Amino acid sequence: MAKRIEVSGLNVYYGDFKAVEDVSMTVEPRSVTAFIGPSGCGKSTFLRTLNRMHEVIPGARVEGKVMLDQQDLYATGIDPVAVRRVVGMVFQRPNPFPTMSIFDNVASGLKLNGVKDRKKLTEVVESSLKGANLWNEVKDRLDKPGAGLSGGQQQRLCIARAIAVEPEVILMDEPCSALDPISTLAIEDLIEKLKDRFTVVIVTHNMQQAARVSDQTAFFNLAATGKPGRLIEMAPTKQIFSNPAEKATEDYITGRFG
Amino acid sequence: MTAIAENKPAYDGKVLDLTGKSGARAFKNTLATVLIVLAFAVAMIPLVWILFTVVSKGYHLLLSADWWSQSQRGITVRRAGGGAYHAIMGTLIMALITAVIAVPIAILGAIYLVEYGKGTRAAKVVSFMIDILTGVPSIVAALFVYAVWITVFGFNRVGFAVSLSLVLLMLPVVLRSTEEMLKLVPDELREASYALGVPKWKTILKVVVPTAFGGIITGVMLGLARVMGETAPLLILVGYSKNINLNPFSGFQGALPTMINQDRTELALPNAADRVWAAALTLILLVLALNLLARLIARFSAIKSK
Repeated sequence: MAKRIEVSGLNVYYGDFKAVEDVSMTVEPRSVTAFIGPSGCGKSTFLRTLNRMHEVIPGARVEGKVMLDQQDLYATGIDPVAVRRVVGMVFQRPNPFPTMSIFDNVASGLKLNGVKDRKKLTEVVESSLKGANLWNEVKDRLDKPGAGLSGGQQQRLCIARAIAVEPEVILMDEPCSALDPISTLAIEDLIEKLKDRFTVVIVTHNMQQAARVSDQTAFFNLAATGKPGRLIEMAPTKQIFSNPAEKATEDYITGRFG
Repeated sequence: MTAIAENKPAYDGKVLDLTGKSGARAFKNTLATVLIVLAFAVAMIPLVWILFTVVSKGYHLLLSADWWSQSQRGITVRRAGGGAYHAIMGTLIMALITAVIAVPIAILGAIYLVEYGKGTRAAKVVSFMIDILTGVPSIVAALFVYAVWITVFGFNRVGFAVSLSLVLLMLPVVLRSTEEMLKLVPDELREASYALGVPKWKTILKVVVPTAFGGIITGVMLGLARVMGETAPLLILVGYSKNINLNPFSGFQGALPTMINQDRTELALPNAADRVWAAALTLILLVLALNLLARLIARFSAIKSK
């Protein structure tokens, strides 16, 4: 179920502007990898290249390789829609579909891809909501609108929606930045649980969060405004936070820098 | 933090003036309020006046069942009696045909502009053409269809020709409003759908359009309301008939604006004048009924949040 991601020599552009330069890294399966770094350093941009979401922005393009096990996601003939079916994503702001009920939100990935079997949908919705630690809170109101839930519940609904399609990898772009501490804790518990089944990659601004949930941490930085972001260092989380190899990493995690 | 707090006195004894009402600003505030209320009143006066006049002069004919079921066949301007059924049906049939042609083109066009063509040369050209079309007077649209339908193709003056010219008037209204509604759908929803491996066309069909549906319906109704009252295309492209004609491809056809126009020429005659007011009120009620219907449709399909 979970796959390894190997990125080599990746450059990411918005039109002529190079946003991320020469990133190479390996994301291990069934683990949580955190991306940290100051705002604008390209970690979200880089994350979005891992499921070819980057290219929905006009003019955006990528050079280099992203291997999902043995397959290059950017090879010719690869369909971005097919890529996104195996590499799911959870966004910064909870974004349940406003026209759909809780049930339909979770089932949307399957339904929109043509699954009609009601029994299968019911099973998947239940198992996904349980997987997202949301089942007990919503099991009596599955037909109610998803937009009526609290922010934290909405975000777990979005996670349930993402895992309902059984992806190999789940990308999370600052999934807790719009949530209160209690909801954040609920999501962090969930991430811990998700790594049993999926490869999880999370972008976060919260270094404690990276320290709590991740196995590997990658630190991104940019030399100056207008310069592309780069991967400075990637190592097991314990090592990054106790004994980083680079001075820039140490400055950042100790708060001596932006 | 604490060190700084301890060094600060709790109060410095001065009372700040936080009432904030300097004389000049209070005056400007009052002036603006008065102007806004006046503008509102000025806008309301003609509206209320028209509604009051039309309702008070037109309602009594609408109370009879004949009005809703009879035509004006054999009724001269001097006589009372008959109904507006022929005109109501004519207006509804022509409006329906117009909507059936214009709405799909408008919605697909708006989808192209917002979802596919954004920033391309083709989209700019389409957008510019729509702006021009918005400014085309109804009589120009009518004459254009006259030139194509009757002069070039040699067809007769029929209700369908009216619908064709009304399409030209309805299309830009619906397209622009749909475009605005689609733009309001947040990109996050599109991305959420893409991230589930849903293709773009299905995302548009199942996520973007349903989210904007209420607004799209409102736009369609605005467009319909606009074209149902148009008179020039009716005068040019179809003759007024007092008989019931439900076939838009053959013969003259009644419609409410032309019914009003017919009796308007004999306003000195009380029966004719009554019919003018009653037909006007009927037209207003038709548009109102369509609006209510649209609200209902929008409510049942709208974004749910409770």
